[in-house]
Amino acid sequence: MTADTAPLTELADVIRSKNCGPYELTIDIIFTGQDQYDLVKRQRAINRDLVAELYRMPVDDVSEPIFYDPAKAVKINLRRPLVSGNVGERDVYGAQQHGPLLAMRLPTP
Amino acid sequence: MDEMRVLAPTAILGYGFPEASFAAGLARRPHVIAADAGSSDPGPYYLGAGTSFTDRTAVRRDLERMITAGQELGIPVVIGSAGGAGAAPHLDWLRGIVDDIAAEQGLRLRAAVIPADIDRDTVLEALRDGRISAVPHGPQLTADDVQASTHLVAQMGTEPLVAALRAGADVVLAGRAYDPAVFAAMPLLHGFDEGLALHMSKILECAAIAAVPGSGSDCMLGTLRRDHFVLEPLNPDRRCTPTSVSAHTLYEKSDPYRLPGPGGYLDLSDCVFTPEDDRSVRVTGSRHLAQPFAVKLEGARLRGYRTVSVAGARDPFFIREIDTIVQGVRDRVADNFPDIPADSYHLLVRVYGADGCMGTLEPSPRPTGHEVGIVIEAVADTQDLADTLCGFARSTMLHFGYPGRISTAGNLAFPYSPSDFHAGEVYEWSVYHLMATDDPLAPFPISYIDYPGDPS
Repeated sequence: MTADTAPLTELADVIRSKNCGPYELTIDIIFTGQDQYDLVKRQRAINRDLVAELYRMPVDDVSEPIFYDPAKAVKINLRRPLVSGNVGERDVYGAQQHGPLLAMRLPTP
Repeated sequence: MDEMRVLAPTAILGYGFPEASFAAGLARRPHVIAADAGSSDPGPYYLGAGTSFTDRTAVRRDLERMITAGQELGIPVVIGSAGGAGAAPHLDWLRGIVDDIAAEQGLRLRAAVIPADIDRDTVLEALRDGRISAVPHGPQLTADDVQASTHLVAQMGTEPLVAALRAGADVVLAGRAYDPAVFAAMPLLHGFDEGLALHMSKILECAAIAAVPGSGSDCMLGTLRRDHFVLEPLNPDRRCTPTSVSAHTLYEKSDPYRLPGPGGYLDLSDCVFTPEDDRSVRVTGSRHLAQPFAVKLEGARLRGYRTVSVAGARDPFFIREIDTIVQGVRDRVADNFPDIPADSYHLLVRVYGADGCMGTLEPSPRPTGHEVGIVIEAVADTQDLADTLCGFARSTMLHFGYPGRISTAGNLAFPYSPSDFHAGEVYEWSVYHLMATDDPLAPFPISYIDYPGDPS
């Protein structure tokens, strides 16, 4: 393994967020390449601590990532900062909450 | 029967579908046409207020084509989560559309109507009996939450829909339903495997979203056989790939291996997605594991009334001082109306171009562009009070003085006159919980309507 890294945006086909019910957001990252996915999964390069730091959230509000081999995907669930649609809501569908992930860099194979 | 073909014209009834795709679907001689009309995604308003999330003209357009085609082919049409939220007013609304279609087309058919409303006492009794549970990150239910809810619904499973089809309904109109149920009902009536039927339905529920390019307003065909199913988009410009279909399994779900439903969960850990041909995908290995029956309850309560004002700002010094200005406006509002308790209203100023979409989660909350969008919002116990607060905040911000100001004629660009809008009633989720119940049928009584009705 080398110490090279690359921006997540160059490694993934899909980086998205969406409500999963009114209390949770679910984040999906679908990798382009099998080797890259395998490396991230093997090294747990995407993990709760990293995501909590990117979103500046308590680690308890971030679920353990689920690695989904059939789609070369990682799923992470976040506690919504506000119940969907409550007064103060900014994104009822939760579809634009992926931004902090775009700053992520990952080790490459 | 070795094979059942299920046609899913659109992801949400009213989202539309191309005529050519629909015709291609009908040419495959489907056994049922189904659409899920609902979602909790658009937020609590539609359930709380009892209004449809989709437009009547658009829903009628879709439903008329579906019912007419169903009559021509002699196959049932199944619609779930009427009007989006699936409570009594939504179901009445959808039934009214079917009344109009049947009358104008002179249709002779039998419709089943299945409400999903749960009365408060039933929920309160379940709460006392300890049969209500919270979902992850959701609060525990209280009796006050139940009492405050304007409408309470439960998501029905497949059982009431299967019963209506067994009774010979040509059209099934259901209140709030577990999204896949409308697609799975016909296969389950004919004894197909529950795991495969529900998994196929989970994907069909979003119509062509699982294709590439994906679309919520185009048709998908699901072909269910005894040990697998095949998904195929009906528009030749789209195709399903193992990646597009497997990726869809993640969509809006907290766990792609384990998808809970009313009577158990789908275990997808042994699923295999393989290309059937260039445009379709075969899926095997989906399993349904039964668990004690529980329905998801949904309810919403009135929170207040909202007035909003929309504006832009193009002045760099205003943008630089925006945080100070917003705080200054808030202070002026409080100072000007000392008799209005600060805890009796919400005054919010969203700055697009800064942290408009993400708020506290935004990693770069400072505006960096040459202009910003501003939405001023007041939520209060009455519309009049919301008007007062929003209007006063808007006029204050327009003429607010701040250090370094050069554009002394006004700070805001309003695109509209009037500048302020009533957004009306504001609802919030009051109930989003699971209720254990022994009988999957009893909460969802089925009635039948024969068209044409008796002339009166």
